[in-house]
Amino acid sequence: MGDIKPGYIRQIDLKRGVVDMGHGSGGRAMAQLIEELFAAALSNDYLAQGNDGALLPPAAGRLVMATDSHVVSPLFFPGGDIGCLAVHGTINDVAVMGARPLYLAASFILESGFPLADLKRIVDSMARAAREAGIPIVTGDTKVVEQGKGDGVFITTTGVGVVADGLTLSGDRARPGDAVLLSGTIGDHGMAIMSQRENLSFEAPIESDTAALHGLIADMLVTGADIRLMRDPTRGGLAATLNEIASQSSVGIQLEEAAIPVKPAVEAVCELLGLDPLNVANEGKLIAVCAMGDAERLLGVMRAHPLGKQAALIGQVIEDRRGFVQMKTRFGGRRMVDWLSGEQLPRIC
Amino acid sequence: MKYVDEFRDGDLARTIAANIAGEVRPEQRYYLMEFCGGHTHAISRYGLVDLLPSAVRLIHGPGCPVCVLPIGRVDQAIRLALEHEVTLCTYGDCLRVPASGGLSLLKAKARGADVRMVYSTLDALKLAQTQPQRQVVFFAIGFETTTPPTAVALRQAWALGLNNFSVLCNHVLTPAAMHAILADQGGARLGGFIGPAHVSTVIGSRPYEPFAHDYGKPVVIAGFEPLDVMQAILMLVRQINAGRAEVENEFTRAVSRDGNLKAQALVDEVFELRGRFEWRGLGSIAQSALKLRPAYAGFDAELRFGLEDKPVADNKACECGAILRGEKRPQDCKIFGNVCTPENPVGACMVSSEGACAAHYTYGRFKDAVRVA
Repeated sequence: MGDIKPGYIRQIDLKRGVVDMGHGSGGRAMAQLIEELFAAALSNDYLAQGNDGALLPPAAGRLVMATDSHVVSPLFFPGGDIGCLAVHGTINDVAVMGARPLYLAASFILESGFPLADLKRIVDSMARAAREAGIPIVTGDTKVVEQGKGDGVFITTTGVGVVADGLTLSGDRARPGDAVLLSGTIGDHGMAIMSQRENLSFEAPIESDTAALHGLIADMLVTGADIRLMRDPTRGGLAATLNEIASQSSVGIQLEEAAIPVKPAVEAVCELLGLDPLNVANEGKLIAVCAMGDAERLLGVMRAHPLGKQAALIGQVIEDRRGFVQMKTRFGGRRMVDWLSGEQLPRIC
Repeated sequence: MKYVDEFRDGDLARTIAANIAGEVRPEQRYYLMEFCGGHTHAISRYGLVDLLPSAVRLIHGPGCPVCVLPIGRVDQAIRLALEHEVTLCTYGDCLRVPASGGLSLLKAKARGADVRMVYSTLDALKLAQTQPQRQVVFFAIGFETTTPPTAVALRQAWALGLNNFSVLCNHVLTPAAMHAILADQGGARLGGFIGPAHVSTVIGSRPYEPFAHDYGKPVVIAGFEPLDVMQAILMLVRQINAGRAEVENEFTRAVSRDGNLKAQALVDEVFELRGRFEWRGLGSIAQSALKLRPAYAGFDAELRFGLEDKPVADNKACECGAILRGEKRPQDCKIFGNVCTPENPVGACMVSSEGACAAHYTYGRFKDAVRVA
């Protein structure tokens, strides 16, 4: 009897090809895209199981789970892209809960016509970010929508981690007298995106601060300092996150404007566009509220980590059941730091 | 960005503050109006009121272009976008202004209207060139600062022979509003004006001279940086104490007596005075706004689309008029902070962050003892 003729499937064209509806239809094209692009880049033992879900070993401790959808335009920006952003964002959401992140899941919504070369760049960037963080993407999903019904690519990532016994970080634990620490400069990510959108160019471009913070957080937790809570001030910036904390804990927060680090370039673009860096998104910064007595020690540990070099004590928690965040300005006056109302739009004058 | 730091030096500010405190007469009240929203914003954002003695009271004037834009005009823009299906371009601030029927340009956009935020009139012009099959309307608002760029766009549209570009003009004039405020009975209380920064770079300091000569009110033109404002307050206090009423210029790095003559000529070529124009909060003011000259009538969206001017009354409970005239403070208004908030603005002053009420809500309301947000 003759031999079985080996099957031949032409490899997908990662240079010139585009996503089409077939890549989401459950047929051979989808299997091929997953195999040649996603699995090839993200390979790990869990993903290699090839089942509908990943079978994971038992975890030691309470589980923390967080999910985050990523829609960003442009998809590629100075300092990162939607791929590494999707990995960092969810790792950070898990880590600020005091948890050690263990696994990620990723779900893609692709727009028909999206270049496969761009998709590969994004997936490679995710793979690199996950590898550097030491956290595997263990399961995933891909859907394709018609052209005009998406914005290139949307990525949702979900993360799972474990938190040590006895540790509870929560937004309602801030008490009057506590210290408010910030790990570095604010507004970098938002202004990196905005300056690309508005075609503002500078001698040195503003780079997004996108980064995974679990290493820095692990260093902070190991000190045993009395940390009440941590948050990563993403959308809405420092202002929104501090208002959330103040409202959850029914306390006020008093900031010192002069203590809040802002890169000169970020300040300049904000000025140009009439925006306030306090409202601008960050993707690699954290806020920690801790007992005032532990603040210096914690700051020392933060500053010793590459992602916390510019860590600063930016204010303290005060008694105010209305939950107002206020700030002593560099001028010595006082003002409120409020939530944004609606979208931050450039002012005319 | 070094150029701004020197105008934000906290130590210098405290020195000026000490000088102001040293000069004010304790028995006297200094009601000073900062006309411009840009000044209101700087005052609130840097907490300047805390640096001033209680004898000095700042009154936030109507110089916030978005705030004084009447509802009826925003309705027109929304109708253009939704019913006439034009591409409507405007500055970011305008998008949120509440109009009739719970709409705003942002909400109209969510309903499918083609509304675009632009940074420059030329972006709107470019859109008209790249989509010749579509009508593009620039919703022009603002004081003398934003008028010259609109004039440039209109001249270019004329030169290019564009037949799908037009302007819905709402440009208004600063001196006219100042006259209206002083002509009103509440105006007598005002001790002087902090004069506009950017507006004055265009019109110069000369147009303010009647306020000093005829009304006896000192005017100090000031830049938008917090130190500029502090310095201007000191200069006003000194004028008032000396019984002088002059136009002084703190903002000499950008403002001359004559202003930008080239820009003025350009504006004059394209625009002429309107008989009357409705100002939100201040009412109808004669010769306070501009419209396109007959030579540019072809680019006038009001004519092209036969838009009707339907004035819409402000909410009766709203105290914006009294606040803009300096007779009341935002927190004196019954609906401030409860019915009327930046998310759901009822009155003009709550619309943009430069408005008196929005500035107090966003930056100052923690100082109001009683109210809990």
